[in-house]
Amino acid sequence: MKIGVLGLQGGVYEHVYMLRKAFEEEGIHGEAVVVKKSSQLEGLDGIIIPGGESTTIGIVAKRIGLLDPLRDAVKEGLPAFGTCAGAIMLAERVTDRVVGEKKQPLIGIMNVEVVRNYFGRQRESFEIDLEIEGVDGLFRGVFIRAPAFTKAWGSARIISRINYNGETVGVVAVQGPHLATAFHPELTGDTRLHRMWLRSLKV
Amino acid sequence: MKLPGYSPLSGNVRLYEVGFHEIVDFFYKLAEAADRLREEGQWMAYGPERLPETITIPRAGTLRVKLGFPVYQKGGVVMDVTNVEQAEIAEDAGAVAVMVLDKLPYDVRKAGGVARMADVKVIEEVMNSITIPVMAKVRIGHYYEAVILETIGVDMIDESEVLTPVDEKHHINKWLFKVPFVNGARNLGEALRRIAEGAAMIRTKGEAGTGNVAEAVRHMKLIMGEIWALRSIPAEERLKKARELGVPVELVDLTARLGRLPVVNFAAGGIATPADAALMMWLGADGIFVGSGIFKSQDPPERAAAIVLAASLWDDPESVAEAQRMISEQKSMMGIDIRKLKPEELLQVRGAEA
Repeated sequence: MKIGVLGLQGGVYEHVYMLRKAFEEEGIHGEAVVVKKSSQLEGLDGIIIPGGESTTIGIVAKRIGLLDPLRDAVKEGLPAFGTCAGAIMLAERVTDRVVGEKKQPLIGIMNVEVVRNYFGRQRESFEIDLEIEGVDGLFRGVFIRAPAFTKAWGSARIISRINYNGETVGVVAVQGPHLATAFHPELTGDTRLHRMWLRSLKV
Repeated sequence: MKLPGYSPLSGNVRLYEVGFHEIVDFFYKLAEAADRLREEGQWMAYGPERLPETITIPRAGTLRVKLGFPVYQKGGVVMDVTNVEQAEIAEDAGAVAVMVLDKLPYDVRKAGGVARMADVKVIEEVMNSITIPVMAKVRIGHYYEAVILETIGVDMIDESEVLTPVDEKHHINKWLFKVPFVNGARNLGEALRRIAEGAAMIRTKGEAGTGNVAEAVRHMKLIMGEIWALRSIPAEERLKKARELGVPVELVDLTARLGRLPVVNFAAGGIATPADAALMMWLGADGIFVGSGIFKSQDPPERAAAIVLAASLWDDPESVAEAQRMISEQKSMMGIDIRKLKPEELLQVRGAEA
């Protein structure tokens, strides 16, 4: 199994570390590769879009001609797992809590609406233990200037929610082979979500 | 052509042998003693606050989110700006964050006098008009400028030698804040002391406002070299080294084991072109701060986008060449020869005694 991690900006190597750990724990003969150009998309069984600044990742991917091939590959069935900025990249509709609508280059494949910086600024960044459908026990969610899923339609489904200031919002979404989290599972050393996604890719 | 790795470590410097969670656990363990003192009412303990086993209501400003924030800046460029217009140019060019200042470092140098933190109103205007993180600088040792920045919601605080220090002997105890801090360093001792004080991120000091990357190169090579040396000395020598640097031996051991600083490490000070940015990434920087280099040039939007491209794709010669093609040397900021600066004009020595 060969999994790519989009390597333009952000927490790239944290995912490489988690993938290696997950491969070992699952007994999968796997390889994690950092993807920086479209030729590296070939032969992948899945791709992780890491956390970072979604505007930076989108702008650089577009400038170097990687955004369109990446979108095409995902549309044609390349399974994607996005965390934080990665989840924003995968969403069809994106707004910002303070600034509102802002044009930014996206992959835009999942039937979800994402609000960027939903929980506020870095000062409000937080940790909380979450219940996630399909994961036994609690999962520590590390939310850093995190987005939230405010709507899901079509084949997208929210599988974890939290209550924040009286509002209930989604923090994990699935759609077919795609998985998106508003938080950073790669900062906890807990590979259960990575393994859940990897298992779903096995034919 | 493709250059080989700069040092035996630089190929591996971004690949942790140790997971992020283990680094977080390390700081909690290191803080256990400090934590006991805190329980006894000791004032201003140096260390993170411990967390309950299970967190049922959101717990803000934890060590993990403070150390985690700079992880998501890696591979990116933080740009110095002085107003909303510049901040928007930076965001559109693909900056990962902006740093709001009253004056660009080059102008600080020209103006002389006391350089302080930026206007609160300007910082707030910038926060309300862009979606990327907003950082701002405080004077070294100025707890209250930092309190103000945390109160208004700035995403990261730079305790910076570019501003006029209020305390040459002590830096801020950064463990007391919920917002993460970045500090400058010229060598491993400065870097580890700042980390022990709670800095979540380190940057080279370089020599700000000169458009001359030479000092940043010197500082980055020195830090990398010192880490390399740590790996090849026996434990008793590391203990001696820790005493010499004035930091816990555990922190020295962790750094040796990782083969890199335990927190995110950016390059700063004099970066003016895409080639400068790529050079610093090759030397092992996790990302780039650009101060005067963009808005003191004659082509800010193009140059900003070009430096972003070079920082992201520094290991691809074609992309760096393409980035360099986007700018013109005719439009680069005028550099200052550091050898022509008088000793009292150097910014990098500020706070170095602490």
